Parts: sequence; structure tokens; C-alpha cells
Amino acid sequence: MSFKLPFFPEQASSLAGEVDALTLWLVGMSAFFTLLIAVLVVVFALRYRRRTPDQVGARFDESALLEITWTVIPLVIVLFTFAWGAKVYFRLYRPPAGAVEYGITGKQWMWKVQHPTGQREINELHLPVGQATRLTMTSEDVIHSFFVPAFRVKADVIPGRYTTMWFKPTKPGRYRLFCTEYCGTEHSRMIGWVVVQEPEEYQRWLASVPVVETLAQQGRKIYERLGCEECHAAGSELAPSLAGLFGRDVQLANGTTVRADETYLRESILDPDAKLVAGYDAAMSSYRGQAGEEELLALIGYLKSLPAATAAVGDGSELR
Amino acid sequence: MSGHQMPKTHYLNDGHGLKSWLLTFDHKRIGLLYLLGVSFFFLLGSAFAMMVRLELLTPGGDLMSADTYNHMFTMHGIFMVFFFLIPAIPGVLGNFALPIMIGAKDVAFPKLNLLSWYVFMTGGMFTMYGLFIGGVDTGWTFYPPYSSLYSTSAVLPVGLGVFINGFASILTGVNFMVTVHRMRAPGMTWFRLPLFVWGQYATSLVMVLGTPVVAITLVLLVLERVFQFGFFDAAKGGDPVLFQHLFWFYSHPAVYIMILPSMAVISELIAAFARKRIFGYHAVAFSSIGIAVLGFLVWGHHMYVSGQSVYAGVVFSLLTMLVAIPSAIKVFNWTFTLYKGAVALEMPLLYAMGFLGLFTIGGLTGVFLATLGFDVHVHDTYFVVAHFHYVMVGGTIMGYLGGLHYWWPKMTGRLYSTFWGKTSGWLVFVGFNLTFFPQFLLGIQGMPRRYHAYPEEWQVLNVLSSAGASVLGVGLILPVLYFLWSLRWGKVAGPNPWGARGLEWETSSPPPTLNFDQPPIVEHEAYDYLSPRPATPATPSDSH
Repeated sequence: MSFKLPFFPEQASSLAGEVDALTLWLVGMSAFFTLLIAVLVVVFALRYRRRTPDQVGARFDESALLEITWTVIPLVIVLFTFAWGAKVYFRLYRPPAGAVEYGITGKQWMWKVQHPTGQREINELHLPVGQATRLTMTSEDVIHSFFVPAFRVKADVIPGRYTTMWFKPTKPGRYRLFCTEYCGTEHSRMIGWVVVQEPEEYQRWLASVPVVETLAQQGRKIYERLGCEECHAAGSELAPSLAGLFGRDVQLANGTTVRADETYLRESILDPDAKLVAGYDAAMSSYRGQAGEEELLALIGYLKSLPAATAAVGDGSELR
Repeated sequence: MSGHQMPKTHYLNDGHGLKSWLLTFDHKRIGLLYLLGVSFFFLLGSAFAMMVRLELLTPGGDLMSADTYNHMFTMHGIFMVFFFLIPAIPGVLGNFALPIMIGAKDVAFPKLNLLSWYVFMTGGMFTMYGLFIGGVDTGWTFYPPYSSLYSTSAVLPVGLGVFINGFASILTGVNFMVTVHRMRAPGMTWFRLPLFVWGQYATSLVMVLGTPVVAITLVLLVLERVFQFGFFDAAKGGDPVLFQHLFWFYSHPAVYIMILPSMAVISELIAAFARKRIFGYHAVAFSSIGIAVLGFLVWGHHMYVSGQSVYAGVVFSLLTMLVAIPSAIKVFNWTFTLYKGAVALEMPLLYAMGFLGLFTIGGLTGVFLATLGFDVHVHDTYFVVAHFHYVMVGGTIMGYLGGLHYWWPKMTGRLYSTFWGKTSGWLVFVGFNLTFFPQFLLGIQGMPRRYHAYPEEWQVLNVLSSAGASVLGVGLILPVLYFLWSLRWGKVAGPNPWGARGLEWETSSPPPTLNFDQPPIVEHEAYDYLSPRPATPATPSDSH
């Protein structure tokens, strides 16, 4: 169920209703206190008008009871508000398992979208209704921010790393997409649409966009072009195996452990010495400049698609 | 009532000519120098605001190019934040009144005081130079990589101007703190200080501890831009988000530099015009310090969607909720001061009442923004713009105008027209709300900040906002006119036109250069309206 409150955008995602409920609480609570103060101020100022030029106020300027009251009550209210807000925030930023992944590359002044099935879009994102969708995003230049008011969610899009957000569209429609981190001259034209469609219509749309390969297949091509297999072939001693690497914990040479997420993979391609894996030499050269952001997203899409190897991997990391 | 005479010699006629002003060590004259400076920059900042609101009358970007628009909102923010909101109340009202209120003849370091004005003006001149060669288009927040690698605008001179200006803040802060510690008149214990002094002291803490961080941040940005050091450049192993942490570590406390002095003025106004000791004196005093301290712990609430961990967001949200509490305590205490007071609805009190309503809205919408689940939706939208204008205009400017209207007779010896005062006050109040309330609605609808053009469905609210801005503009010009008029034709005020308590009202208007004919000795609590009125020098006690 979704409905449109006056002055609110449509509720078009699974979490929009919760955000709006939280908002209504904030509005109601604030309206109450604002009116309370406004009324008290006006009533006191008028009721206690000075009657003679020399009149002074009464002696009443301390009350421990009042101080405690108007400290404790606001404190309870803000702590409650904090807790509810934190709960919604966790929901907004913790994608469910199985969310379908899309790649978003922001650049001055457009949004480039990569579907897992290989379709690409500029400034539009077609989605089927009811699909939990996770966006992996990066920028080619300055900081942008991907914002869909109807979904009540946004995340900054930063050069040099990935940020992610997720949503589940619940209503077919066209919803505005805005860049909402000032990014230069045409910031206000870095806008577009999220087009949410019924499943059959979405399939028709997918079929209508010419595409030869899925994102993972595109990534495989890049993997071959860059010659990754030379060192990363299964069983090689030169470099860790990439099979099933995504999502696993990796033991580093400095003793710490990291999770192999998109950011880790991207960094390891562009700056391999940053997180040297335990048991290997620092022999990998950087591929900075040899693959753009969209290509990196495709390459990572390929790596994500690799099933875990059945043989044990020499560095002792756990298979997940 | 009538029959007051201007004192024969006072600080305004004690020495004539440009040199006696430009080389003065008198805190009162320095306060007036600051008044000229901040008024000029406020005018400039307002002109840019007018351009922004004119463009936003129509959805298309048709009045000026996108590039020009980006310069307009940036320069508006820079002049308003750094060259008006931060220096105004401490520089004008703090400088003028604080030493008199504690019974001192000047601040602890009068030469440093003059230096701070010159540093402020030098920073302003660098920024003006940057403006003349084209201005900056990065937003007042200067985020890299746009500001370090992409913008071709005058980031360097403007950044340097802001950097230099920071030292004026630091000097003022040090000066005020030492003054309060060391120069209180005999009998003026800490808990007999007017709450204005507590508020300025708390502000000074923030100025001294916080400003160096923005100074370093700007230096890093300049190094990044000129020498490509790479602190904020991912391709070199740096982190653009690091800038945000450094920037907001100062800029959040900076907003408390803007509001604490205004709150300090409000205490004086309510006490004077209710003729009653501020309710909960200790609570208000400690709340000022509490806000100053907690204000350093909350900067990450500007960064909930910046890519930092959700756990960081949780910590900052909780701390931000806590910093709201001392402000709430103050609002309740001020409100209850009016209860059983002897209230006169003079101009300064009307401004204080406006503050109470508008700051409450501004502060509560701060709680909205502190709330994680809500902020994700409205971060970087007009909701934020509306919030900070409510606290900075509805809060800081109300306090500033109220303070000017309160101390003007003391500063100049003249009264101003109450009719024009009340007219301008209503225009400001109505115009302000019309300008900014619609922006809350625009923000909830999703209108992003810093947009030159916007979807048509948002035009009505934008037109209301721009209309309000015109009304607000008129309301803000009027005081300039009637204050100037009062200098020549205003009724002579006498030492205590308001019948208020406080050491500044026990000396003549305008005061002598050394503030008091006889150094005062303090035997009363602050706002001690129940004791008999002290006689003021040079005039027989009169009933007003």
C-alpha cells in the first residue's frame, strides 16, 4: 500500500512509508513544541504587561523542578527519535540478500547505468517492480550523489571508491532522479528518471535494447584483454586465485583481514600494493589507466560471477 | 522623558579625524568599525541572495548562465557565513558592550583588538579581490575534488581571504576570554556576570579551539590545488571525504559561534524588558558552555550519506540529539522569564520574541536532520537550506538586530523611531517566514540544493520564497535608514532609556572613552531588579 501525503513525493519504495511515518512524528512533535513556546511567549508577554513605568518583575527565577522537567522530557523525546531514526537508517543501508546489482557511474554531468544483463543506459534506470535492487556506484571525476525522492534514499558517489545503496520499487511509474551533491556547472541538469515497470513490460524493454553480452561477459573480455589469467590462473603460485574470491575474507601480509568486496577488488586492480595478500610477493603492477570506471565495474561483475574453487586455496582464507 | 542632554565628552567626540578612528584602541570605536565592515559584507551577501532568488522565480535557468548562478550562491554563502554571521555579534556588540558590562575600561588587549579588525578587513579584501576576478563557484563548503581539481574559479584568493579572516576570530576569542578572566570589576564574580558575557565566553572557546582547524583545512586545499599534493585525490592515495571531516570539524562548531552570541543577546533583552532576572541563570550559563563543548562532537551529521560507515552515523546522530538539549533548556528558561515579569513590548523585546519562535523552529528542524532515517531523504535538499536559514536568520540575525536596537541608544546617545522600528520588524518577520518556510516543503519534495533550474512542479513554492525575500529585503534596509536618521534627529536617550539593570546603563550614553567616570564596584546579582535603581552619573535619577 502506498499513498501520497500532501507535500510528500509518492511512496514508491518499500521503505518510503517508514520514512514518512518517521517524518510525521517529527512534524507533529515539532509543531507541538513550537506552538507551545509561541503561545506561552505571547500569552506571558501580554498577560504580564508593564502597568506602570517603574514596575519590575516578581521574584520567580529558579525552579529545580521545572529545570529537570524541561531537561528530561526533551531528552526522552530526542532519544526515542534517535532510536527510531537509527532503525530506519540501518534498513535503508542494509540491502537484503539476493538484491540484483547494477553499476552506476556518475560523471559531469550524466549518469551511466550498467545492467547485470548487459544493457546500458544514460540518465535512466529501468527496473522491474518488486525487485530488490542494489546500486554499486562510483564517480569518474567529482563527488556526485544519486537521489530518488520517491524512494527516500540517496548516497554520495565518490571518485576512487564504491558506495552502495539499495531500494525495492513497489509501484510502477517514472520517478525523478537527481544529482544532489553540487558538482559544477551543469549540476542541475544531471537529472534523469528511474522507470519502474511491470515484469512483462520490463522484459520487453530489456529485449528492445541491443546487447550482445551480460555485464559479466563484458568483464570476462576485459579480464582477457588485460591478461589477468597469466598470474591468476587456478593453481598458480604467482597470485591468489580469483575463483569465489568475492565476499570472502582475505588474510593480508600485515596480519589484518579484509572482506573482498567491490571496493577491495577495485583497489587491488588500481593499487595492488595497498593490500598485499599474505604469502605473495608484491609483483602485480597497477592497471590504472588501462580500464575506465565502467570497465572496472564490468570486470568486477565478472569476478563476482566466478564460482568458488573446489580445491583448497593456499592462503588459508575461508570459503564462503 | 525629555530633557536629557548628550554628555559633553564621550568616546565619539574624543578625538576627531580618520586617524583617530583607524588607529583607535577603544573597544567601542572598534565595535563601530566592525559595524561598518559587517554591514558592507552583509549588503554584498544580500545582493547575491537577491540574484539567486530572482533566478529561481522561474523553473528554467533563464536569467543567468548556470555558471554565473553557481558563483552567486557560493559568494552569498561565503560573505554571509565568514564575513557577517561569524564576526557580527562578537565584533560589534561584544566589543562594544562586554567590557562595560563587566565594569572594565577596555578589553585586555586593545591593540590586538584593533589588529583583529584589520585582519578581518584584510581577509575581506582578499575575498573581494577574488570576487572581482570572477568569484568562486564551489559552494561555500569548497568540497574537493571539484574545488581542487576541476573548478577554474578564484579558489585561491577567496580561500586565502577566509583563512586570513579566521585569525580575526581567534584574536577576538583570546581577547574576550582574558578580559573576562582578568578584568572584571571588584565584586563582579563569575556568577554575577550578565549572561551575555557567559555567552560570549563560550563563543570565544569555540573560536579559539575550532578556527585553527579550518585554517589548516584551507591550507591543505590550497596545497592540493596549487601543488597537487593529493591529500584529497583518490588517484594519489588521498581521500576526498577526508576534506569533509576536516571542514565540518570546524564548520559545525562555527554555527555555534554564530548562535551562541545571539542567544547571549536574547538573555539581555528578555531580562531588560521583563525587568526580571533570567529564569534559571545557572542553567542558562552552563548550557552555553555545554553547547560549546558538545558542538565539537557532532560534525559527522553533515556526512550521513557521504559513504562513511552506518555506525559512524549512529554515533553522530546520538551526540547531535544531545546538543539540542541545552538549547531547549535555554528556550524554556527565557520563556518562563516572561512569567510574572513587567513586560514592555519595545523593539528589542519584539526581536527576542521573534527569536524564540523562529529559533525554536530552526532548532527543532535540526532535530529532524539529526534523525538518520529522515536525513537520508532530505540531505542536500532545500530542507537543509530552510533549516540553517531559520537558525541563522531567524536566530542569529534576530539577536543581532535586537541587540542593535537595545544598545543603539547607549552607542550613539540617540533613540530611533519606534514606528519605523516596528514596521521593519514585522516586515522582517513576515518576509523571513515567507521566504524560508516553503523551502521546507520543497526539500521534502526532493528539490536539491544549488540547483540553477528545477522541475516545473516546484515553481509555486519558489515564487512564494522569492516574494518573501523581497519583503525581507525591505525590512532589513529600513533599520539602516532610521538608525542613520537617528544620529542627527533622534531624541537624546540619556543614560538608561530602558530602565534596565547592568553596568552599561550606569554610565552615560554615549559612554566616556574609559567607560566610567568612576570605576564601579559590584554589589548585586545580575538583573537585580528588586533592588533600588542605582543613580546614574551626570543625571539625577528619573522615573522612566
